[in-house]
Amino acid sequence: MDLTTTYMGLPLKNPIVPSASPLSRSLDNIRRMEDAGAAAITFYSLFEEQIEHDQKMMHHFLDYTAYSSAEALTYFPEPTEYAAGPEQYLKQIQRAKQAVSVPIIASLNGVSDGGWIDYATQIQQAGADALEINLYFVPTDPRTLSAAIEQVYLDVLANVKRNVSIPVAMKLSPYFTSVPRMAHALDLAGADALVLFNRFYQPDLDIEDLTVAPHLVLSNSHEMRLPLRWIAILYGHVRCSMALTTGIHTTEDAIKGLMAGADVINIASALLQHGIGHISTLLQGLQQWMEEHEYDSVEMMQGSLSQRNVAEPSAFERANYMRTLQSYK
Amino acid sequence: MTNRQIVTIDGNEAAAYIAHKTNEVIAIYPITPSSAMGEWADQWTAELKPNIWGTIPLVIEMQSEGGAAGAVHGALQTGSLTTTFTASQGLLLMIPNMYKIAGELTSTVFHVAARSLAAQGLSIFGDHSDVMGVRQTGWSMLCSNSVQEIMDMALIAQAATLKARVPFIHFFDGFRTSHEVAKIEQLTDDDIRAMIDDDLVLAHRGRGLTPDRPVMRGTAQNPDVYFQGRETVNPFYLQVPGIVQEAMDRFAQITGRQYKLFQYEGAPDAERILVILGSAAETAEQTAAYLNSHGEKVGVLKVHLMRPWSSEHFMAALPASVKAIATLDRTKEPGAAGEPLYQDVITALMEAGRGNVRVIGGRYGLSSKEWTPAMAKAVFDELRKDKPKNHFTVGINDDVTFTSLDFDPTFSIESPRVVRALFFGLGSDGTVGANKNSIKIIGEDTPNYAQGYFVYDSKKSGATTVSHLRFGPEPIHQPYLIEKANFVAVHQSVFLERYDVLRNATPGAVFLLNTYHPREAVWDKLPRVYQEHLINKGMKFYVIDAYDVAERTGMGGRINTIMQTCFFAISGVLPRDEAIASIKYAIKKTYGKRGETVVQQNYEAVDQTLANLYEVAVPDHISSSIELPPAVPAEAPDFVQKVTAEIIAGRGDLLPVSAMPADGTFPTATTQWEKRNLALEIPIWDPDVCIQCGKCALVCPHATIRIKAFPPEQLADAPDSFRATPYKGKEYPDWLYSIQVAPEDCTGCGACVYVCPAKNKREPRFKAINMEDQPPIREREAANYDFFLSIPDIDRRTVNMKLVKSNQLLRPLFEYSGACAGCGETPYIKLVTQLFGDRTIVANATGCSSIYSGNLPTTPYAQDSSGRGPAWSNSLFEDNAEFGLGMRLTLDKRAEFARELLQQNAELIGNDLTEALLHTDQHDETGIYEQRQHVATLQQRLQALTAAGQGSAALRQLADIADVLVNKTVWIFGGDGWAYDIGYGGLDHVLASERNVNVLVLDTEVYSNTGGQASKSTPRAAVAKFAASGKHSAKKDLAMMAMNYGNVYVARIAMGANDAQTVRAILEAESYDGPSLIIAYSHCIAHGINMTTANDQQKKAVDTGYWPLLRYDPRLADEGSNPLQLDSKAPKIPLQDYIYNETRYTMLLKSDPKAAAELLHEAQADVKKRWHLYEQLATLDYSKDAAH
Repeated sequence: MDLTTTYMGLPLKNPIVPSASPLSRSLDNIRRMEDAGAAAITFYSLFEEQIEHDQKMMHHFLDYTAYSSAEALTYFPEPTEYAAGPEQYLKQIQRAKQAVSVPIIASLNGVSDGGWIDYATQIQQAGADALEINLYFVPTDPRTLSAAIEQVYLDVLANVKRNVSIPVAMKLSPYFTSVPRMAHALDLAGADALVLFNRFYQPDLDIEDLTVAPHLVLSNSHEMRLPLRWIAILYGHVRCSMALTTGIHTTEDAIKGLMAGADVINIASALLQHGIGHISTLLQGLQQWMEEHEYDSVEMMQGSLSQRNVAEPSAFERANYMRTLQSYK
Repeated sequence: MTNRQIVTIDGNEAAAYIAHKTNEVIAIYPITPSSAMGEWADQWTAELKPNIWGTIPLVIEMQSEGGAAGAVHGALQTGSLTTTFTASQGLLLMIPNMYKIAGELTSTVFHVAARSLAAQGLSIFGDHSDVMGVRQTGWSMLCSNSVQEIMDMALIAQAATLKARVPFIHFFDGFRTSHEVAKIEQLTDDDIRAMIDDDLVLAHRGRGLTPDRPVMRGTAQNPDVYFQGRETVNPFYLQVPGIVQEAMDRFAQITGRQYKLFQYEGAPDAERILVILGSAAETAEQTAAYLNSHGEKVGVLKVHLMRPWSSEHFMAALPASVKAIATLDRTKEPGAAGEPLYQDVITALMEAGRGNVRVIGGRYGLSSKEWTPAMAKAVFDELRKDKPKNHFTVGINDDVTFTSLDFDPTFSIESPRVVRALFFGLGSDGTVGANKNSIKIIGEDTPNYAQGYFVYDSKKSGATTVSHLRFGPEPIHQPYLIEKANFVAVHQSVFLERYDVLRNATPGAVFLLNTYHPREAVWDKLPRVYQEHLINKGMKFYVIDAYDVAERTGMGGRINTIMQTCFFAISGVLPRDEAIASIKYAIKKTYGKRGETVVQQNYEAVDQTLANLYEVAVPDHISSSIELPPAVPAEAPDFVQKVTAEIIAGRGDLLPVSAMPADGTFPTATTQWEKRNLALEIPIWDPDVCIQCGKCALVCPHATIRIKAFPPEQLADAPDSFRATPYKGKEYPDWLYSIQVAPEDCTGCGACVYVCPAKNKREPRFKAINMEDQPPIREREAANYDFFLSIPDIDRRTVNMKLVKSNQLLRPLFEYSGACAGCGETPYIKLVTQLFGDRTIVANATGCSSIYSGNLPTTPYAQDSSGRGPAWSNSLFEDNAEFGLGMRLTLDKRAEFARELLQQNAELIGNDLTEALLHTDQHDETGIYEQRQHVATLQQRLQALTAAGQGSAALRQLADIADVLVNKTVWIFGGDGWAYDIGYGGLDHVLASERNVNVLVLDTEVYSNTGGQASKSTPRAAVAKFAASGKHSAKKDLAMMAMNYGNVYVARIAMGANDAQTVRAILEAESYDGPSLIIAYSHCIAHGINMTTANDQQKKAVDTGYWPLLRYDPRLADEGSNPLQLDSKAPKIPLQDYIYNETRYTMLLKSDPKAAAELLHEAQADVKKRWHLYEQLATLDYSKDAAH
């Protein structure tokens, strides 16, 4: 049975790839992911904002009230050097590359033009096999034009591609007026993969404290419907690879993703919930299902239930909406 | 030829450089102004920098200077090359060991940044009181006069001590030289090796104790031989001058810089000569040169080797032509025949048969008082008189004993080739840091010489800094402040209201002002005196809105880079483009390691500055009618008007001797007259949202949020804008409630707003107290505050002391201190003064709390409407517990005496009154009130008895001490440096004394006042100075140690975590008739945190179990209950959720993540273990049955 797949030009032994999560901060976890069968590992995100914030904070507190008292010219012994930038992240990539043989996909969450290029270059130098760019952008200014937002994505991709040779994946939000148009443009601009979709964490409200309360909720299987639909629609319309992320918890979920047209299945919530060993559960389930249903290879499944290949393409369109509503009657 | 590096460094770094290169063991303890030497040594060791023999010196921080001296003595006795650094009272603490070290003929050099000794008041500034106070110990004393000399003499001293076997004090002027930044030539390792004879090093080591060649030292000797033994050292001392001169000569061969034991400069045929040492010698020398160039014949004899005093060398250096000598001592020895130099010089002349030379002695420059060419000239002029004044002073106006010489303050010898720039900034705006950078740029990137000296005031919030920078083509020997500046920059426009900074500007000088006024309008906003200066002196005027540029470039409140760029752009010190390139290079060099974001941000600020810097055309006529306001309002008391106001206005130097209290006694309640207007935003109360919890006032570090409850009729004369609302509670039915800010005293920290738990339901971003821009509402709120203060204070008997809501109605008797904005210590002190301030005596250890409490010009300890309030004193750093105990002993003894007198005279006084006076229960405010009434009645009766002729000596005594019958409470305040380290021995003894004292440890977990050095309170994993790689040992559990006594009341509190527990602990401690110890979590800027939200950190410290709240009350054990009560719950969040919000911990995470992880792991284990132990202790059975 052939579980192999190709993602961003990287040949993978199977389609299960842990997505960016805090789990990959630990080298032990990375080894356990490989042991459990992960075909590649997407690293936790390097947040440019976090680095900038840390640098600014450190700078502020080292200088705050320095040279304001005759007795205390400064308050801290400043080391001659320290890792104020992405050094620790890059070191962790290097360590991971030495520890495991599966490809390591770095994840970069940035804000500035310079930052994307700089950090992407350093990530490549650290030995990452590929790079996933996570543009987490929530437009709040009513004057911002939709086209401008789309252009940011395209510019970032173009800039990064100009500066690195490793494959680059774009992790997208679902909030585009036309997802296919955006996907197509990114495909043309050289994206090696589209990762659908970024799961924006929605803030909660604390009605006792009258505050906005960030609250992390892990995904569930229902949430995979959104990326499932768009991958099914995009399959065959883009040249680049596609990864389905969000809501993959069971073998069935993974199979659905593959049949919709995903090249790989990203998982994070399921691993946080069930442990890293869940990767092997999924893989065993996949193999068993394929045997029972006589599929020789993952490739046979990929895209088989995409809009292009299903009997009722309109089911992915508005007709599907009508049917869903009617199903409640 | 040796290629020596040119460096721009200060004196402390120069001394530490040689000390670190030439020693193996360095034992240190922080004390201003020498702390930086220890910090440098510790840093270089942490960076693995070796000494000249290739090994990295071992640096250890001790618990006191006494401890450092002991450790040094031990290391020397075992043959290590060992040193230490100190100053002032720190040096005095070393005296016992210094006698031993000298008596045992041990080679070592102590480097001393010479500083005033605490006498009528403490001073951190420079003079020779400390070093002259140890001149009898048998140590050689070698003095450096400049930064270059410090590096040179440090090495000469090290070379000489090894040969002479006599220990050396190498000293230089604290601050003036220790902190002056100058361009100097750095000695190389080869230079140092050429001076240090390895054979002598081996000999030193060979004299060390070892069981392989056992000997003993430190014997006890009897009358038969001690005397002879003492005289054995004479040959060694006789050789010292020759050895030092030989080392100086060898040094000259290596470097070309020739020094002499006594260095004469001036006319070879001079008749009038000054004998002087220290930085002042430079000024004297320059002045002599100037006078000689104007036809006079004068000279200066600079003393480098003060001990052993070599009359032979002195006489040899003295020109034969001399007729009159003035000795100048930077110290005072009250009661002596004269100060040290005076006595030494007279002795030398007499012994040499030159008694015909007239000698006068004078004092100058105590506590870094300026010593200028004008003063030096005055002394030269005095020598010309037929009857010159002896035992004179110069630099002050002594209108009491008329010792002072007059001088012409306009006399100046400043060279026209030197650029002299003055910068007025705030500590928090980065002005000094930027200027240090500028000096480095000019000193290291151009052929120019540079000098920088920085003057700070003593406030910790809103501190004013004045930077004095000189640049010129020749070496700069002007160790005095700039009087005539050709560039003046005002980095904060608030200074325009306070000082006439342009009075020091020369004609044609440049004035740079940071102002938010647009350039078209700024002229009319200047006070009249500024316009006068600008017009009359033909000055150039530039403006920039630096805060706007900072805001736009993400620099926040730091305008350092912006103002530095302005200076280079308009001062003409360097070509503009070259200067900008140098600034950017310096930015990269300084901030590069902090990350590219920081670098880019600063680059952006440089570029934006140039686009926003404008020249303002100076009109030809004065248009302003704005006058500088008086320093204090007209209604301030006489002393404040005459003395305090002058100090506030920066004219303290002009105050005559008669203005100063002779014994260091000052009035309290004076901060109220010093309106500093620091806050850009102040909190304004919204009565509709307020729940009247009192938390805002409780956490306010400066007592600028006040609360009162009062009957409605009090509002009769209220300003229209005054806010009040019905009081919520049954205690004061129909009363009103008001929260008011002191708008001109608030520092704008925002802590009150942050802790406010009430939110506006329609717009939850607003609370019951909200920050608003200060300038537009300053006048309105000042009127409201004046009115608020006029409302009578609450009757203390009606207040429920245990409830924050209620006790915050009490008037704080600690207000508007100079503590940092958001200070974590002062809310505790303020609370103590609210609860007991009218009957409190405070003993305060030296440290932050003594500085923000007792540093002139004003004191925050205040008085209530009856004129009662805390009486306060600071003795030393190390003895505070004992000092406080002494106060208690007085009260106890006096109360006993008063009771004896009462009983002996009961019939005359009246039995009922005597009974009442002896037995009134004073455990609450009602009891205190009643006892005060009884004492008042007693005084009336005593007066009546006297009037009736029934008075007696005993009754007179009783009248004098009757006030002691009202209970007084002794509070002993200090930080962790005192309680855990230097003062621990005394604290331990006082806790064991069973006396009724209350110790409040304001635990910031570092030596905050001296700049964040580690104490034994510093927690594991935190970075601090002297613990640069993270502290490896756990915090000392002082509470547990005190609990072991069993009869000490102990509490650990954190106001931000549990204010009710804090109040309870303070009340219980005070009520306990025995020693009490309260350890209070005090957040601090040395933690690297946001001070506005710092109370959150207190909560987290408790929630993680790092800071378990507890009270240990021995009274409970007496009742058969467990005395230990844990007031916080078991750890519920991991330690990292607390510590990684603080720079002191995250620094290590960034510099050494592996070590950080290990230390975190251990620190987490500490928390778990300690909690487990406490939990068990808190559940022990103390019932009487269990005891049997």
